[in-house]
Amino acid sequence: MRVTINEKEIHVEEGTTILEAAKLLNISIPTLCHLHLHDIKYLNKQASCRVCVVDVKGQDNLLPACATPCKEGMVISTDSFRAIQARRTIVELLLSDHPNSCLTCAMNLDCELQKLAGDLGIRKIHYMGETHDEPIDDNSYSIIRDPNKCILCKRCETMCTEIQTVGALTDIGRGFFTTVGPAFHRPMNETTCTFCGQCLAVCPTGALTEVNNIKKIWRAINADKYVIVQTAPAVRVALGEEFGLEPGTPVTGKMVTALRRVGFKQVYDTNFAADLTIMEEATEFVNRVKHDGKLPILTSCCPSWVNFIEQQFPDMLDIPSTCKSPHEMFGALTKSYLCEKMGLNQDQVVVVSVMPCVAKKYESHRQELQGEGGHRDVDFVITTRELAIMIKETGINFLDLPDSDFDNPMGESTGAGVIFGSSGGVIEATLRTAYHMMTGSELPDTLIEFHGLRGLDGIKTASVDIEGRTFNIAVAHGLGNARKLLEGIRDGTFEVDAIEIMACPGGCIGGAGQPYHHGNMEILEKRAQGIYAEDRNKEKRRSHQNVHVQKLYKEFLGTPGSKKAHDLLHTHYTPRPKL
Amino acid sequence: MAQTLAEIKEMAWWELVKRLNETPDEYNIGHDSISLKGDYYQLQERIALRNIGIINPDSIEEYIATDGYFALQKALLMKPEEVVKVVKDSGLRGRGGAGFSAGRKWESAAKQQVEQKYVICNADEGDPGAYMDRSILEGDPHSVLEGMAICGYAIGANKGYIYVRAEYPKAVSSLINAIDQAQKLGVLGDNILDSGFDFHIELRLGAGAFVCGESTALMESIEGKRGMPRNKEFRTTERGLWGKPTVINNVETLANVAPIINKGADWFSAIGTPLSAGTKVFALVGKVNHPGLVEVPMGMSIYDIVYKIGGGIPDGKKAKAVQTGGPSGGCIPSKMWDTKVDFESLEEVGSIMGSGGMVVMDEKDCMVDIAKFFLEFSVDESCGKCTPCRIGNKRLLELLEKFTEGEADYTDINKLKNLSNVICTTSLCGLGQSSPNPVLSTLNYFYDEYKEHAEDKHCRSGVCKQLLRYEVNERCVGCTRCLQHCPVDCITGAIRERHYIDSEKCIRCGECFNNCPVDAITVY
Repeated sequence: MRVTINEKEIHVEEGTTILEAAKLLNISIPTLCHLHLHDIKYLNKQASCRVCVVDVKGQDNLLPACATPCKEGMVISTDSFRAIQARRTIVELLLSDHPNSCLTCAMNLDCELQKLAGDLGIRKIHYMGETHDEPIDDNSYSIIRDPNKCILCKRCETMCTEIQTVGALTDIGRGFFTTVGPAFHRPMNETTCTFCGQCLAVCPTGALTEVNNIKKIWRAINADKYVIVQTAPAVRVALGEEFGLEPGTPVTGKMVTALRRVGFKQVYDTNFAADLTIMEEATEFVNRVKHDGKLPILTSCCPSWVNFIEQQFPDMLDIPSTCKSPHEMFGALTKSYLCEKMGLNQDQVVVVSVMPCVAKKYESHRQELQGEGGHRDVDFVITTRELAIMIKETGINFLDLPDSDFDNPMGESTGAGVIFGSSGGVIEATLRTAYHMMTGSELPDTLIEFHGLRGLDGIKTASVDIEGRTFNIAVAHGLGNARKLLEGIRDGTFEVDAIEIMACPGGCIGGAGQPYHHGNMEILEKRAQGIYAEDRNKEKRRSHQNVHVQKLYKEFLGTPGSKKAHDLLHTHYTPRPKL
Repeated sequence: MAQTLAEIKEMAWWELVKRLNETPDEYNIGHDSISLKGDYYQLQERIALRNIGIINPDSIEEYIATDGYFALQKALLMKPEEVVKVVKDSGLRGRGGAGFSAGRKWESAAKQQVEQKYVICNADEGDPGAYMDRSILEGDPHSVLEGMAICGYAIGANKGYIYVRAEYPKAVSSLINAIDQAQKLGVLGDNILDSGFDFHIELRLGAGAFVCGESTALMESIEGKRGMPRNKEFRTTERGLWGKPTVINNVETLANVAPIINKGADWFSAIGTPLSAGTKVFALVGKVNHPGLVEVPMGMSIYDIVYKIGGGIPDGKKAKAVQTGGPSGGCIPSKMWDTKVDFESLEEVGSIMGSGGMVVMDEKDCMVDIAKFFLEFSVDESCGKCTPCRIGNKRLLELLEKFTEGEADYTDINKLKNLSNVICTTSLCGLGQSSPNPVLSTLNYFYDEYKEHAEDKHCRSGVCKQLLRYEVNERCVGCTRCLQHCPVDCITGAIRERHYIDSEKCIRCGECFNNCPVDAITVY
């Protein structure tokens, strides 16, 4: 059909919204609540903020471009005086009930409301009055909810309910005092929230933000503690974005240098622990296969996913692998193996994890993940974004930094450890090693990449033949997809042997601790490409080839799955059904 | 069915007449019709309210005695499209607010080639002071059931929901009883009147949100979700309840259906005006001698309703305005009371028909305060979904409060206008789009009152307390009683000397005025 926007004509297909049509014409219409993440089938089409209203000839009222389908012959004006005035007034109204404390807000310079106010040149708020004055929920270890900054776009609710099927967030109250939050105004840590943080990844303002641990780390560094840092695989392909680099650009070497300059005594790689995880998990998988144990086996690296199964599928807790997540394994080893090796006391050592994830913050506080004497395996977790802030705060010119290598003995990694950062990577890495464990030979290089398990499809499957037996593998990312998989397994309609589940779209590269994607899913793909390029560039691409891992077993743990390995590297799960 | 409807009617009619004859002063009983006696009913034409106050709502037989379910029987012998045509030709328009043609709605739903369709009766009446739906549900529940079943047959739906507010317990019990009776008699349920047509009705109770009277919010609520309006991408007759074609009509609209089928489209369209056929029930309330429900042909003037039926303004006061259409409506000044009450005329003067609230105001009512009252209602009842309604109306109310509290200046009048316009043109649903109407219409017709509030800090009706000025006049005998009662000690003066009120300190509580024994306090 034919429509005219700002005197330009265009032919569009039926069902195209005015916003989409305008985009084709390179006409930009400001939006706020609207968010469409095609790749993960996320669509927040509330049409509730009314920022995108446009003038349509013959209509008394202005119409929301984001939710109004084009009709044949429609004549649209996005820049009429009336539309612009209305848009300004609406943004002023939003600001009139907003703390406007931009300079100290966690979302400063990342806030979409702030940008909008800037773009529209708002200099005065003409309508002031009563504002929200609600308590801030900072009870959880991962997420801070400040309802006073909420603009009720409901992006978080759509994410939590439709994509993650967790349903921890909803509208509460009515009228002016409506807000989005957990039912009965409960704190987030008393709800079904899994702390995946995808709500804050899509929040346009600072209403949902991560718990900031930067201060604690500065304090530890300055308290003469022996502060050791490890960085997750997905961090290195996203950190550069905070310094203006293309998404997916690996900045591993610069990151290591920066971390040293920031003041960390030792800089290690979580990829090392990822290789270790593979050794343990593949062993568990092979054991289950050999001894007719419970199949499928589920990966357990994602803490949000662990929360989800404990809350929503408490009857299925015998399925997940008992392996701790890699950074927790790293923490446990630091406080045993490394302390022993370096002659350090546990009390002196502080383990910091730099993660793409906000659920890891909660995870580090789990009772199950505390060693002897109540020492947490990992003391503090910061996100990719927080690391960027620390680097900027220190005044380091990141882009000019020379590259340097991780420290050892826990800095070496193989390509298998790297791909943990992308959805499908853990299971791919497991297969590379499980094949070796089952057959005694190596999976040929030509078959090492499981492309069917990569990418942004919600549920991915593949079959692998090992020694005449066919193994069905499934990968899900996003908890809604995980739910489908688990329900299928529960009722027997889905027969698989091994499953990888990650709570965040795209896996850890799309984690809630990563630089904001602002709706651009291409960023995730580029980060994934960055991860897979790192894998390809590695000489060793199978976890069991990691020399330092081999050395660790020889010197300290014995064999994969040994008693000592179990004590340090494995965990258990508890049913936690919640409202 | 053991007996035919005609057989039941035969018996029930005489029983009804016998019962009513026990109080003969109250009824006009003819050969085949009964109406209420008295001046109040003289000028009324009661179609939707035809049985109210006459039949016993708990008796299906008495409903049948006054031709109840005959329309359904007649409709079931017609083709569905013929039924749609009759309703369309009758000119019946929705009585719930927007006044959309009922027949066109039915036609659109009937056209959808889908197995499952729904009929919804919107009984979530919520306008302040409006109670016509309640009166029909409580006094004549079968008329609604019959209307729904006819609609179901016409559009090809076999399931209906009545969304009724839980604050109407009598209406709920009356509906439950009526559905039960109708099913037992075979005029509802499977194979109605042996026609092969099935129609089932379920009740859904609203939890007290005004916005659930908005059709799409109501559907969300029936679906078990939070009652918030949907963005208007599709007509509900195409995608309504659970995404299926749905006709949603309000109580009064449905109560009109049976008589239309019985007496024909021409009979109905001859009543009222060409574009607004039939009658409309109004809840006539406020400063009027005989408040109550009145049903009059469309096109009657406001003057006739207020004076000829309502008996004029009490206590010899001067009439000032009438507010129609509830919180979405507007105020019509008394000088324009020759305005005809029909959809077009009301819209022309900046008000709406709405569901039929009609609040009469006299000279003692402050129009700024009235606008504030209605806006307060909208602010409380906003669902909170869209920005202009959620925040805009709140800011608009705060602006009005500045006027009534003496803090407004001239620029605030412009702000009122601008903000109202933005709210009207950008809100998501009808509730938000119309919520500034009370402000806009009073600004339009009573601009001077706003100006007085802003510039002179004066409220001519004496309603806005903060704008009152208390002064001690020459009658003061210096008894000190006012001084003793003043809670803020703003009165000074010695015994037997004239006292003085410090206006700056005065909080306008009125204690001095109430306690003065010699009428020496003047209030401006």
